[in-house]
Amino acid sequence: MFDWRWDFTWEILPRLLAATGNTLLAAGLGYAIAVVLGLAFALAQRTPYRSVTVVVREAIEFIRSTPLVLQIFFVFYVGPQFGIRLSPWTAGMIAIGLHYAAYLSEVYRGGLESVPKGQWEAATSLNLSTARTYFRVIIPQALPPSLAGMGNYLVGIFKDTPMLSVIGVAELMHTANAIGSETYRFLEPYTLVGVIFLLISLPTAAGIRLFETWVRRKLGMV
Amino acid sequence: MSYFEFLGQYGDRILSGTLVTVVLTVLAALLAIVIALAAGMMRMAPNPLVRGVATVYIEIFRGTSLLVQLYWIFFVLPLFGITFEKFTAGFVAVGMNLGAYGAELVRGAILSVPRGQWEAALALNMSPAKRMWRVILPQAVLIMLPPWGNLLIELLKGTALVALIAVADLMFQVKQINGTTFLSAESFGTALIIYYILARFMLTPFMRWVERIMQRKLGRA
Repeated sequence: MFDWRWDFTWEILPRLLAATGNTLLAAGLGYAIAVVLGLAFALAQRTPYRSVTVVVREAIEFIRSTPLVLQIFFVFYVGPQFGIRLSPWTAGMIAIGLHYAAYLSEVYRGGLESVPKGQWEAATSLNLSTARTYFRVIIPQALPPSLAGMGNYLVGIFKDTPMLSVIGVAELMHTANAIGSETYRFLEPYTLVGVIFLLISLPTAAGIRLFETWVRRKLGMV
Repeated sequence: MSYFEFLGQYGDRILSGTLVTVVLTVLAALLAIVIALAAGMMRMAPNPLVRGVATVYIEIFRGTSLLVQLYWIFFVLPLFGITFEKFTAGFVAVGMNLGAYGAELVRGAILSVPRGQWEAALALNMSPAKRMWRVILPQAVLIMLPPWGNLLIELLKGTALVALIAVADLMFQVKQINGTTFLSAESFGTALIIYYILARFMLTPFMRWVERIMQRKLGRA
């Protein structure tokens, strides 16, 4: 490479690796919110109340068709206008969690719809309550077909965490920007960020594929 | 300040930002389609070198963030003597990123064209190029159009990131307006609604329309 400086690389690497921890934390927290909230969104669309179904459906469409970076700005700046101050972390987690909850709810929806009708009828004939039917019969069967989609969005949320840098969450991209503005060197920090992302996302994606086959085999679905 | 006064005062800037976003989306989409077709077909080439190049490209662009790629193209490439103007850097980054995702759609769609179609083209003694362009690709396009609709919405959303390298798109304009007025709900809210309208009431119907035209052309309407 033209003027790649290894001494500088070694100097900034510990800082970037520390920030990688924050990136992973942000991705993990955001994903945890999305997994739970997404299920709530998916179940809300199956209630018999038409008004609830329509409102949730439209909200999901809205979240899915607008840019995450804009939603992050919106959550972060609109609160103070009405006297609610959110820290960058809180605002970031709300925005990214909501965004991916909308995506995950679509994944769950597909999974729930793939459970055969007979399972519902069997649960009804056994006089199981709705909650019991969902948690003991339907969701365990809806989960395996949802796993591929869920895994994709786990990698997706990880790759979207750099957007949190715009409101000052000290993750990988934010740190690289800081290094760049302190030293006027962009080649090493930005390249390292790219390499770190690759080194995490490619093995994760491969691991998820293995996990998926393992679950399918475990449940006797292969 | 009421919302209508806000729109009256800043409507022009929001509108010009929207226009920039639309132009960026169109340019990035064209680039993404070209890259997706090229990389998707290269992924199926018999030559392992060609296949390898496409695989590396796809994995790099799918394995890292669009924001990282954008910054890399804008801040690092000039060090290698390749300087893009910020607008160009913006749509090139978005196009190259979504092109990598599109490549997998292209490959999947081409592989799902029934085998008999390949055999029939072979039996008619068509050249490989002619077989691809006249027989396989038109049918593959019909198969991949619905997922491309989703991808183009992702692309539209991706263009919002170019605001971070100061391209004056919709995102950039409302950020500036928010910076001077502190009317966050009005400025960011308006932008959210505009992106929603662009995605839901322009892009989606447009893709449906293209789908219908393709179906008619292939006699499947």
